[in-house]
Amino acid sequence: MARTTTNRRRTGGFPYLLVLPAVTLFAAFVVAPGGYALLLSFQRRKVNGGLLGGGTHTVFAGLANYRDVLGDSQLWSGVLRMLALGAVTVPATVLFALLFAVLLDLERTRLKRVTRLTIFLPYAVPGVIASLMWGFLYLPATSPIGGDHVDFFGQVAVYFSVGNVAVWGAVGFNMIVIYTALRALPPELFESARLDGASERQIVLRIKVPMVMPAVVMCTLFTVLAALQVFNEPNTLKPLSNAVSSTWVPLMKIYDDAFGNSDIYSAAATSVVLTAAALAVSFVTARIVSSRVQQEAA
Amino acid sequence: MTATAGTSAPPRARTAQAPAVRRPRRVAVLPTTALVLGALYCIVPTLWILVAATKSRTKLFSTDTYTPSFDLGIVRNIRDLSHYQGGIFWHWMLNSFFYAAVGGLLASFVSAATGYALAKYEFRGRSALFNTILAGVLLPQIVLAVPQYLLLSKVGLTDSLIGVLLPQLFNPYGIYLCKIYAQSAVPDSLLEAGRIDGAGEGRLFLSVGLRLMGPGLVTVFLLQFIAIWNNFLLPYVMLTSDDKFPLTVGLYSLLRHGAAEASLYSLVITGTLLSVLPVIALFLSLQRFWRIDLVTGALK
Repeated sequence: MARTTTNRRRTGGFPYLLVLPAVTLFAAFVVAPGGYALLLSFQRRKVNGGLLGGGTHTVFAGLANYRDVLGDSQLWSGVLRMLALGAVTVPATVLFALLFAVLLDLERTRLKRVTRLTIFLPYAVPGVIASLMWGFLYLPATSPIGGDHVDFFGQVAVYFSVGNVAVWGAVGFNMIVIYTALRALPPELFESARLDGASERQIVLRIKVPMVMPAVVMCTLFTVLAALQVFNEPNTLKPLSNAVSSTWVPLMKIYDDAFGNSDIYSAAATSVVLTAAALAVSFVTARIVSSRVQQEAA
Repeated sequence: MTATAGTSAPPRARTAQAPAVRRPRRVAVLPTTALVLGALYCIVPTLWILVAATKSRTKLFSTDTYTPSFDLGIVRNIRDLSHYQGGIFWHWMLNSFFYAAVGGLLASFVSAATGYALAKYEFRGRSALFNTILAGVLLPQIVLAVPQYLLLSKVGLTDSLIGVLLPQLFNPYGIYLCKIYAQSAVPDSLLEAGRIDGAGEGRLFLSVGLRLMGPGLVTVFLLQFIAIWNNFLLPYVMLTSDDKFPLTVGLYSLLRHGAAEASLYSLVITGTLLSVLPVIALFLSLQRFWRIDLVTGALK
């Protein structure tokens, strides 16, 4: 540590210069918009009395926006749909990613290179484009997968149809993350287990999977975070089907408030609520899973 | 090496270059089949789009969906798309590359500078900054798009290239990865030697730090390139003039018009195909630069 203290004397302001761009960007595009949204969420627009001519002005509204937002059944049905969607996408993404990673890591599996690349590719396809592709696969008029017999936008089916697009886009990246973690494990570990007569399946379940848990946890966390902010897939499928309304998930509701109804005050209040909820969920998830990983490691 | 090395089974082949010493005899049929099914699932939408793009707009809804059309429908579709509103589709393509490349480069530089400072210097507020960045990784960035729009509309920066670029330059995860990478790739002794030789801190960062962080920075760049390339909500709320749209927003607007005018569907399908192909090509050619172990190594 002696070195770092001399560093501080000699280097002067240089470290501050290095972090200046990031701190400025953080202040301008995270703190300031957050603060501004908070400010707006306590205001509302009031129409002036008619005698002196029209016009509006903003007034302090206290918690009225929050009361309206939290009492809005549209938002709560959106939250429920988001949860239902997350119940499809999060386990499916993480489990398939883990499954494919483990299969790729087996010695006797063939066609590893080509399958690995193909499963990874959807990561580079934007959610909107992916939704367009799947949308045409679902659409009865163009569907090659039986869209004229099966209603892909049915009351329950729609969650799987929307969720499928998200899973399709996310499995590959998560698979690569877990696969890389598997390849980094020391091989001696399995050799001795093999000598002791452990089967390949036991090695996977008892050694490999527990040891790559940190990578699985990170994938789960990022998938949960994405699920809370779901927007692209349902929003793109909306023009193709009546099953998806313009307030289908919370983020679509915020967009609809801000641009459909020009009510930026409600949109700001909903943004604050959703950001706080998402932060809380991701913090709690991070806390729970990291403590569990530490327990297992101990 | 221990004495038992000769008797124990050979270690697993770690890389494609090093062939296994003892070739496994049987192919694991079930795992291979499962992987092939997974790969098919991932490639089918792209293949179908390829087939659909070969069909003229009348055939799209009438002929058997699996068979491609060989009457040069795809040439006509590409020509129609290129003429649509004076070739605006190619504008969108260029815009997407511009946002992703410029944004990715600037964001990587910002991340590198911050990560390097956090890893290599002791300064006041360092741990507060690092904790803020860790929390930032958990921040729902997409939800911020609407508040960012509300603020930028206050200062008149909406519907501008800057309004789309600037909010995407702060990348807490990139900073985190750069810090981890700088810690392992830039040795303190080398910096000390440079200082003794009289190099300034700025020169040390640019010619020693950035150079040694190069391989990690490529990954940070690619991650951010894809993130910006895939982004929809931010440009969607920021932009109103369609000549500034990236592909995602452009094709979405085309789809919305298509809901009223079904003949536009074949343009949407052709546009989707043309937008997927270049990024897959780019992706495959840059494949060997991916350092995903950085993403997972960051956990240790």
